[in-house]
Amino acid sequence: MKTFTYEKATSAEAAVADTAATTRFIAGGTNLLDLMKLQVETPEKLVDISRLPLAEIEDMDDGGLRIGALVPNSDLAADSRVIERYEVLSRALLAGASGQLRNKATTGGNLLQRTRCYYFYDTSTPCNKRERGTGCSAIGGFNRILAVLGTSDQCIATHPSDMAVAMRALDATIVTLKHDGDKRRLSIHDFYRLPGDTPDIETVLEPGELITHVELPAPPQGARQLYSKVRDRASYAFALVSVAGVVAVEDGKIASAALAFGGLGPMPWRDAAVEAALVGKVPSDDGFAAAADALLKGAQGFGSNDFKIPLARRTLIACLRDLTGE
Amino acid sequence: MKFTINGRSYEAEADIRTSVLDLLREHVGLTGSKKGCDHGQCGACTVLINGRRVNSCLTLAVMHQDDEITTIEGLGTPDDLHPLQAAFVAHDGYQCGYCTPGQICSAVGMLDEAKKGWPSHVSADLEHSDLSDAEISERMSGNICRCAAYPNIVDAIREVAGRAPAGRDVAGADA
Ligand SMILES: Cc1cc2nc3c(=O)[nH]c(=O)nc-3n(C[C@H](O)[C@H](O)[C@H](O)COP(=O)(O)OP(=O)(O)OC[C@H]3O[C@@H](n4cnc5c(N)ncnc54)[C@H](O)[C@@H]3O)c2cc1C
Ligand code: SF4
Ligand code: FES
Ligand code: FES
Repeated sequence: MKTFTYEKATSAEAAVADTAATTRFIAGGTNLLDLMKLQVETPEKLVDISRLPLAEIEDMDDGGLRIGALVPNSDLAADSRVIERYEVLSRALLAGASGQLRNKATTGGNLLQRTRCYYFYDTSTPCNKRERGTGCSAIGGFNRILAVLGTSDQCIATHPSDMAVAMRALDATIVTLKHDGDKRRLSIHDFYRLPGDTPDIETVLEPGELITHVELPAPPQGARQLYSKVRDRASYAFALVSVAGVVAVEDGKIASAALAFGGLGPMPWRDAAVEAALVGKVPSDDGFAAAADALLKGAQGFGSNDFKIPLARRTLIACLRDLTGE
Repeated sequence: MKFTINGRSYEAEADIRTSVLDLLREHVGLTGSKKGCDHGQCGACTVLINGRRVNSCLTLAVMHQDDEITTIEGLGTPDDLHPLQAAFVAHDGYQCGYCTPGQICSAVGMLDEAKKGWPSHVSADLEHSDLSDAEISERMSGNICRCAAYPNIVDAIREVAGRAPAGRDVAGADA
């Protein structure tokens, strides 16, 4: 690990004072320290935000929930309001990492965790995300865990979070504090960026911008919620494919559908065409297949991850059966 | 830097990069916590910080100067074992023993989480989970045992959790 200077932030305003590209916030540290040990991340300064008063979960007037950026993943998963109103989020969190890690991992840090691409972690190999312009070792290399949607010829990494997939299905808003004191409210749908030619830039956050909260709108009435994660072992493994679903059926027809996907793209994936293929229809396997077609229309495998395309199809169809069945 | 470990105060001159795990092992001589992977993947380094189980390899010592750190050395002594330590001995919950301090610290934290009603990935009902064997395994999945002593680890934890072994169902206590 390269050495760094350490500063404990005394307030959110103090935390955003430093906009240097070599400064990082540290919250739970479970991703940042991992990467620093391997010198994938080499910050010159760490700003410790872990003790800022941003660890509360509050009800909002409109029936939604406001989650502090420092709420640990385990506390969020166990919160009675989350269990009752946002079961998909609780389920996604519980499907991620381990008990110990969830006790440390924070809401903000989870959203910003980096890819698990093997080459990103291996500083002896080229990687455009780690160092722009060096090349992508995964294209033509081992890419079993990597993306089939939203890739570019520069990077095919996946975003590894489970929590963020559920939050995308729940239309979360990310609230931030900028260096200049302005607050921003960013829809999770606009928060992440496709890799394009700059896979090193993953979100729209500006230097020094701090996530303070995540807000969830009230969940749709009468919807069934589910998180399904397919992985290489039964626990403590990242998703190969995951589906977060929030679907309501009324009078025998699909009244609303929100479906987000993990393991497939460079960001928690959501595609309006999938939902358009479902809403207003009587639930049927033909309709579910049409939704899968819409999802996977542009999907491209890179060899060892080709299997994700049929796996995503089957996982989606199985989830839709569960979400709309008796 | 100043720390509270197992109820005692310690002072250490440590590099800013020092993890809690390295602080314990290299600076204050508490070598019970083990280093397996140093990347959050094995659980051998599990300790309790303010009562919560965490991977001590993935957190900086400097961030925990105002916290209560509890290690395996703080749970019991050879003459006065913690119930989980005694149960691991009674059930042969280890072979080489390398993962054991982490397993036991993790189990202490895990039983507390279950007592608070925290659900797990395998809980069918997130509001009412019991501590079935499947629940114990899932909740302990962050602790890898290379000797695969898992069945006996589950036996030991089940005993301390106050549950009857599967197959010897007592008053509907098991699923
Ligand atoms: C072995 C292992 C298995 C795992 N398995 C899974 C899994 O199955 N599913 C899953 O989803 N995750 C998994 N994880 C990842 C884990 O969820 C993340 O490491 C964790 O959520 C990161 O949160 P943190 O608070 O520790 O972030 P940190 O490591 O503290 O920070 C991560 C990044 O976010 C930035 N940051 C943190 N907070 C803020 C903020 N408030 N505002 C702006 N920037 C901020 C930091 O500067 C840093 O760049 C696993 C991790 C490990 C080590
Ligand atoms: S897929 Fe992205 S993260 Fe992986 S090697 Fe290629 S550029 Fe790097
Ligand atoms: S040494 Fe900390 S998890 Fe392996
Ligand atoms: S007893 Fe040997 S690793 Fe668990």
